[in-house]
Amino acid sequence: MSELNNNENNDILLSVKDLYVEYTSDKKIIHAVNGVSFDIKKGKTLGLVGETGAGKTTIAKSIIGILPVPPAKLKSGEIYYEGQEITKLNEKEMSHIQGEEISMIFQDPMTALNPTMTVGAQIADGIALHENLSKVDSIKKAKQMLELVGIPSERFTEYPHQFSGGMKQRVVIAIALACNPQLILADEPTTALDVTIQAQVLELIKDLQKKQETSMLLITHDLGVVAQTCDDVAVIYAGEIVESGDKYEIFDHPSHPYTLGLFGSLPNMVKKGEKRLHPIAGMMPNPSNLPGGCKFHPRCPYATEECTQDIPELKNIGGTHACRCIHAGNLVRTDETNEETKEG
Amino acid sequence: MALVEIKGLKKYFNTPGGQLHAVDDITMNFEEGTTMGVVGESGCGKSTLGRTIIHLQEPTAGQIFYQGEDITKVNSRKLAKLRQDMQIIFQDPFSSLNPRFTVEDTLREPLRISGRFKRSDLEKEVIKLMDMVGIARRLRMAYPHEMDGGRRQRVAVGRALAMEPKFIVCDEPVSALDVSIQAQVLNLLQDLQDEYKLTYMFVTHDLSVVRFISKDISVMYLGQLVETSPAEELFEKTLHPYTKALLSAIPSVDVHTPQQRIALKGELSNPINPKPGCRFAPRCPYATESCAQPQVLEEVLPGHFVSCCRVKELNPDLLQ
Repeated sequence: MSELNNNENNDILLSVKDLYVEYTSDKKIIHAVNGVSFDIKKGKTLGLVGETGAGKTTIAKSIIGILPVPPAKLKSGEIYYEGQEITKLNEKEMSHIQGEEISMIFQDPMTALNPTMTVGAQIADGIALHENLSKVDSIKKAKQMLELVGIPSERFTEYPHQFSGGMKQRVVIAIALACNPQLILADEPTTALDVTIQAQVLELIKDLQKKQETSMLLITHDLGVVAQTCDDVAVIYAGEIVESGDKYEIFDHPSHPYTLGLFGSLPNMVKKGEKRLHPIAGMMPNPSNLPGGCKFHPRCPYATEECTQDIPELKNIGGTHACRCIHAGNLVRTDETNEETKEG
Repeated sequence: MALVEIKGLKKYFNTPGGQLHAVDDITMNFEEGTTMGVVGESGCGKSTLGRTIIHLQEPTAGQIFYQGEDITKVNSRKLAKLRQDMQIIFQDPFSSLNPRFTVEDTLREPLRISGRFKRSDLEKEVIKLMDMVGIARRLRMAYPHEMDGGRRQRVAVGRALAMEPKFIVCDEPVSALDVSIQAQVLNLLQDLQDEYKLTYMFVTHDLSVVRFISKDISVMYLGQLVETSPAEELFEKTLHPYTKALLSAIPSVDVHTPQQRIALKGELSNPINPKPGCRFAPRCPYATESCAQPQVLEEVLPGHFVSCCRVKELNPDLLQ
C-alpha cells in the first residue's frame, strides 16, 4: 500500500493518496471518505470490502471523475493514474480517460443500460466515440465484443428487456471493456445475480482481464468473491481503510476487530455444530456524526480508553499487511456482554 | 409430527406465452419446531410455494394440511383464523412496512386484531414485542424511513410474531441486509424458534445461510423439487447434478483452494408449457435419453430424496 511503499514503483497503475470526500445534505456534512490511500498494481485486482455506507462506491466515482458535484465534494487528496494527477483535469481531458483508460461496471444492469437503445448501439456508441472508427467499423467491433462476452452477435439489435439479468450484466461488461481500458472499476458487479450466473460472470471478467492484462478495483461485500477473485484486499469502515494486505495475509491472519467481526458474521465460517453467529454489535455510525478516536470503538469488543482518544494510524504489521488498530496483534476482550441480539 | 404438510401442490399462472408452471407437483413436510430451508435461483418458484402454502395465492391443484387438517379449500372465516397461525416475513422490510405507520402502529394493529388483549393493555404488549425482537424502546414512535434495514426487519419480525403464529414463511428475510446485520437477524430468528417452538419455511438463494439455519433443505429447479435432505448431508453427500452445480458455484472463503466450478450450459428459462421429463436435462452434463421420461422423487438414503433417474449410477460410492 502506498503509505508503506514510498519509492515510485513501475508496477503501480493507480495510486490514491489521502482522499477525502464529503457530501452536503440539509446543511449537514457527511464524511463519506476520510483519508483513503491505496495502490492498484498493473494486471492485479484489489478488492475493496465493506458494508453499505462505508464509502466504497464514492471512492470508485472519485477515481473515474463522476462524483455528483454538488452535493459531493472532493475535499482533498490526489489520484495518480500512470503517474499523472487526474483529480484536477477538466471535463474534456477527463473524457479521454473515462472509458478509454478507466471504465466502470455498475451493480445493477437493469439501470445501467438505456432501455430505449439496442444493446448493440450502446456498445458501438462508446467505441465510435473513443476509437475514432467509422460507423461500420464500430458496429463490427461491437459485435466482436458481444461474442467475447458469450452473446451471439445476432442479438445485436435487441433491447435490454429482451435479455435476462446475467446477459444484461454481460452487455454492461462488454461496454466497459470495448475500448480496452487499463483499469476496470467493478462496483458489486455480481451482487444482483444468482450464484451460478455470478460464477459465470466472475470467470468471464477474470478471463478477459488475463487476456488484456487489465487491472481491477473490485468493490464487494462478499468475502467469498474476494477470496476467489482478488490479489490484494482493503477493508473499509466509515470511510477509512482499517486493514489492507494481500489476500493471504487478510484471510489467514485477519487482525482488525472489524475484519474479525465480518468473518464472525459469515454463516459459512461457523464451526460445525455451533448454533450461533457472532455478529458485530450495534450499527454503522452516522457519517455526519462520526465518533472521535477510532471510528470502530463504539462497536469494538476490544476497545479501551485509549481507543476513544486519537485516530489510530494504518501501520504495517508485517509484509504488506497493515492494520489501523492500536491493539493489533494483542487483542484482549474488554466487553462483558455476550454477543449482540438486543440493542441498548 | 408434521405441523404443515403439502401433497402434490401445484400453482400455475396463465401468461400470454402459455401456462407457467411456477410450482409443479411438490410434496413436503414441515416438522414442528424445525426449519425447512427452500433454495433455488430466481424464478424457481420458491417464493410462490411459500405464498401458496399460507393462502396468499390459491393453489391450482394438490393439498395442504395444517395440524393434520386439510386446509386446501377454506372459507374466509376459517382463513382469518389460519392467518393467525401462519405468518410471513418478506425480503424487503422497506416495502413490506407501511411508511405512514410508526413502530408502535405497525405492532399494535395485529395485537388489536388478534382480540387477545384489552385496549388498555395494548401499549404494554407493544413494548413486550419490541423487547422480544430487540428494538430499543426509544424507537417506539419511529417511522420506517428513520430506521436502517436491520431494525426495519426486526419490526417486520415483530409484526409476524404479534399473532403468536406457529408457522412462519421467511421469504429471503436477510438478503437485503449487510452481513453483520444479517447475522444479528439470523440469531434473533433462531432464538425465537427455540423459545416459542416456531416452525419456519426459510426461502433463500443463499446456501450458506440456509445451511446454518435449517434442519432440512429442499432444492428447487423450475417449479420442481430436485433434492431434499438433512441440511449437513446435502453438503456432504450431494446427489443431484443441479445441486452439485449450485454448491460448486458458491465462492468459497478459503483462499488456498481455488474454486472447482461445475459449469452449466445456458441459463434458467421459464417453465412455460414444460415438456414432461427432467427440467434440468437441457443444462445437465449427464443428460441421456432416459431423462426425457418424467422423474420421480425417490428416497435414496434415509430422509434424503432425489429426483434423478441416473442418481445411482452417477454416485456409486455414496449409494449401493
